Amino acid sequence: MTDQTIVKDVENVVVLFSGDSGDGMQLSGTIFSNLSAVSGNQISTFPDFPAEIRAPQGSLSGVSGFKLHLGSRIYNSGEQADVLVAMNPAALKVNVDKLKSGSIIIYDIDSFSEKDLEKAKFKTQEPFAELGVKGLQLVPVAITTLTKDSLADFEIDAKSKAKCKNMFALGLICWLFNRPLDFVNHMLEQKFKKKPQIAQANLKVLSDGYNYGQNTDTSVSTYRVETVSCEKGYYTDVSGNRATAYGLVAASEKSGRPLFLGSYPITPATDILQELVKLKELGVKAVQMEDEIAGISTAIGAAFAGNLAATSTSGPGLALKSEAIGLAVMAELPLVVIDVQRGGPSTGLPTKTEQTDLNQALYGRNGESPVAVVAATTPTNCFDSAYWASKIAMEYVTPVILLTDGYIANGSSAWKIPDLAEYPDIVPHDVSLFDGENWNGYTRDEGNLARYWASAGTPGFTHRLGGLEKDYVTGAISNGAANHQKMIDARQGKIDKIADSIPLQELFGDEEAELLIIGWGGTYGHLQEAVDKMNRQGKETALMHFQFINPVPRNTGEILKKFKKIIVAEQNNGQFAAFLRRKFDFDGVDFSQYNKIEGQPFSVIDLMNSFTKKWEEK
Amino acid sequence: MVSADIKPIFTPKDYKSDQAVRWCPGCGDHALLNSLHKAMSELGLESHNVAVISGIGCSSRLPYYMNTYGFHTIHGRGAAVATGVKVANPNLSVWLATGDGDCLAIGGNHFIHAVRRNVDINIMLLNNKIYGLTKGQYSPTSSRGFVSKSSPYGTVEDPFIPAELAFGARGTFFARCIDVDLPNSVKMLVAAEKHRGTSVVEIFQNCVIFNDQIHKTISERLTREETTIQLVHGEKMLFGKNKDKGIIVDGWNLKAIVVGEDGYTIEDVLTHDAKTLDNTLHQKLALMNPENGLPMALGVIRAVEAPTYDRSIEDQVKAIQEKRPIRKLRDLLLTGEVWEM
Repeated sequence: MTDQTIVKDVENVVVLFSGDSGDGMQLSGTIFSNLSAVSGNQISTFPDFPAEIRAPQGSLSGVSGFKLHLGSRIYNSGEQADVLVAMNPAALKVNVDKLKSGSIIIYDIDSFSEKDLEKAKFKTQEPFAELGVKGLQLVPVAITTLTKDSLADFEIDAKSKAKCKNMFALGLICWLFNRPLDFVNHMLEQKFKKKPQIAQANLKVLSDGYNYGQNTDTSVSTYRVETVSCEKGYYTDVSGNRATAYGLVAASEKSGRPLFLGSYPITPATDILQELVKLKELGVKAVQMEDEIAGISTAIGAAFAGNLAATSTSGPGLALKSEAIGLAVMAELPLVVIDVQRGGPSTGLPTKTEQTDLNQALYGRNGESPVAVVAATTPTNCFDSAYWASKIAMEYVTPVILLTDGYIANGSSAWKIPDLAEYPDIVPHDVSLFDGENWNGYTRDEGNLARYWASAGTPGFTHRLGGLEKDYVTGAISNGAANHQKMIDARQGKIDKIADSIPLQELFGDEEAELLIIGWGGTYGHLQEAVDKMNRQGKETALMHFQFINPVPRNTGEILKKFKKIIVAEQNNGQFAAFLRRKFDFDGVDFSQYNKIEGQPFSVIDLMNSFTKKWEEK
Repeated sequence: MVSADIKPIFTPKDYKSDQAVRWCPGCGDHALLNSLHKAMSELGLESHNVAVISGIGCSSRLPYYMNTYGFHTIHGRGAAVATGVKVANPNLSVWLATGDGDCLAIGGNHFIHAVRRNVDINIMLLNNKIYGLTKGQYSPTSSRGFVSKSSPYGTVEDPFIPAELAFGARGTFFARCIDVDLPNSVKMLVAAEKHRGTSVVEIFQNCVIFNDQIHKTISERLTREETTIQLVHGEKMLFGKNKDKGIIVDGWNLKAIVVGEDGYTIEDVLTHDAKTLDNTLHQKLALMNPENGLPMALGVIRAVEAPTYDRSIEDQVKAIQEKRPIRKLRDLLLTGEVWEM
């Protein structure tokens, strides 16, 4: 019936793979997203793991999902889905609210028995009627049976055969999107290199799934998704947390300083530790300490010994590290503190995303204790942001807090494997740069106001650091009144000077636009999409999205002056807006706010509604 | 450059910084500082290869008085900072100056974990059973009933015995000395540095202002030989002015006897074995106290060999590097799931 199939051309599509934790949906999703990237689509993905470690099979809490946004204008992992693969009734129930009208549901009819429906808390035998589903295209496929039949001649155990059903689903999706299977075959052969029989079984089921779609009257149209040309090079799929880890490694490689990470497991930051402990061949020393405080304290020790030192955590852990960050401010040591923000306060919503730690990063210490703050904007930008955080830390001999968040940390996109030659140099402000006389531990470079970093073990530069205030000139302990003021000013001045070496602020859109949207960090994708759509509707809107928070780029004020209507959109109660108001309180600048703290990424529709109101204001 | 066979000669002065020492006159910290300078010169350590770390408290001022790398950190976290220094550069000789409050109250967690990991650092635990810098509150080593500014009617809690904590954390080295006993203090510090692993040296230190004479029973020169025993590996456990008293095992307990009296001979007296893996007897020795009729054990109570944390980390990196030739991030990433566009 293929001749009857209609092909639908689309710009962007959201596909949701969903099933029980054991159904292999993450693998199907990852392969399909890589395949889409290879086919020329932009991709952005987000895994949706069950909160419980081992939820009962078939239960609502055991649903594991993988969301993929693919197309030619992809800024985030997408919202309402166009296609849902539901391997059981629980997956259907959990996701039914996340679908566009008219979307396609491919489901495994074999796992919709009375018992399965009961497990998913359905009261009737009519799940679709019970959910009140209307206007969706239902595609029931006996995936379990067809997988079994497909492997009838294979001499592998029944359990291994059953596990292949995710490949049948993947085959169907590949057909739905007109994707050739060669690349998938190649990936599966790689993945199951050591188990050729399993590889063959997966390939067979995949191809049968594809053919099933092609040969059966499924009465749905297939998709042709717009592609974009992208820079030539080698690509891989990377999550924000992994990109963060790699950014630190890259900075270590570029600066020649060994990388040390002191950390303690905490959701959603643990992957950074787990990635760096793997990279021993690159000489990385990553240690799991007894607590958050020991994590940062060992890092501070490693910085004293000359390493590029980092610690990774989330909000509650950052709170525990506060005193130690203050020490790094006072002792003036390079240190990268990564906070993968999650819902707070206290334990809050550990698996959800927020931007509520900005104030903590900027102000969460005793005394006048300025640090540099950098915020990553997308999963792949985590790499650049970690690189820049390390660069600033070592060049200005200061702690830098890098803010990412649960959304970009767990989300993935295709990433061009970077060539470090294209990245700016990192020149640690080492004592070897000092060419004066009478050096001491607190001797300052009057240019960038950084002290000279002398690694413990270097002959000729023994010195004592500490949390007590020091004399500006001699570096000895000092209680002097005027000296304290001078040191306070020097520490602040040093942070302000960082603005000399960071890139200027970019403006997306027309500087004559009616409305300026300001965002920072991980909300970039949703803000960009909203602004993009506003402009396509003729509502000229610009976006100024910050990666460098403290200090902000030098041209920030200039850009602000060009706009009358400004909205600062963030997932907190206005922390960045307050920061900007304090810095830019000149006439005519009025910061309106858009704040939403639901533990979820922004909704593009909500953003657009709110922006439109402001845009239309007289 | 000094060639390997000619060791430069150092004097205690080489380790002194130009800073005026600000401890109270008569404070035991002065004595320990002198012992440390002496120990370092005996060890022939080059000052740039030494890092002295501290937390907060009177004794934690010590790094400022050293002409080495020094870092006065924050309350209780010294052990963790020292761990980071040592892991980053295992060639450094890393020392931690800490007090009973810094190490066993706020820093208790870092202390036991540093000991458990066996990081090759030397912890100088200056125990004066009081908070001196905050002017006289009881500490986690103060005895039950101790009257202080924060316990005007006496404490209602029992103290830690540092050795028990160290052994409980499976420590490999524990030694004791008295601040005013310079020769033995130097010996303990030298032994601590030579030991590969976390060395804990408990120094009975006098706070002349807030807890004067707290260690009097064991530190008093005239009676010291009767109330303490200097343990030496491989030697009989003898003490007393005439070295005629000894420690024997009596059932499950230790007992002090006089050699030649009550039918006891020198054969009955225990020989100290600091190197035995089983720490039961070490613990028993560390719990001896004049209050229960036994001398306070001084000297190296335990010194057993075990892998150190810092070297194990290095070894693991080396072992992986021998197996895998990749040294650059880009090359590593290219071996993963990649596609070319």
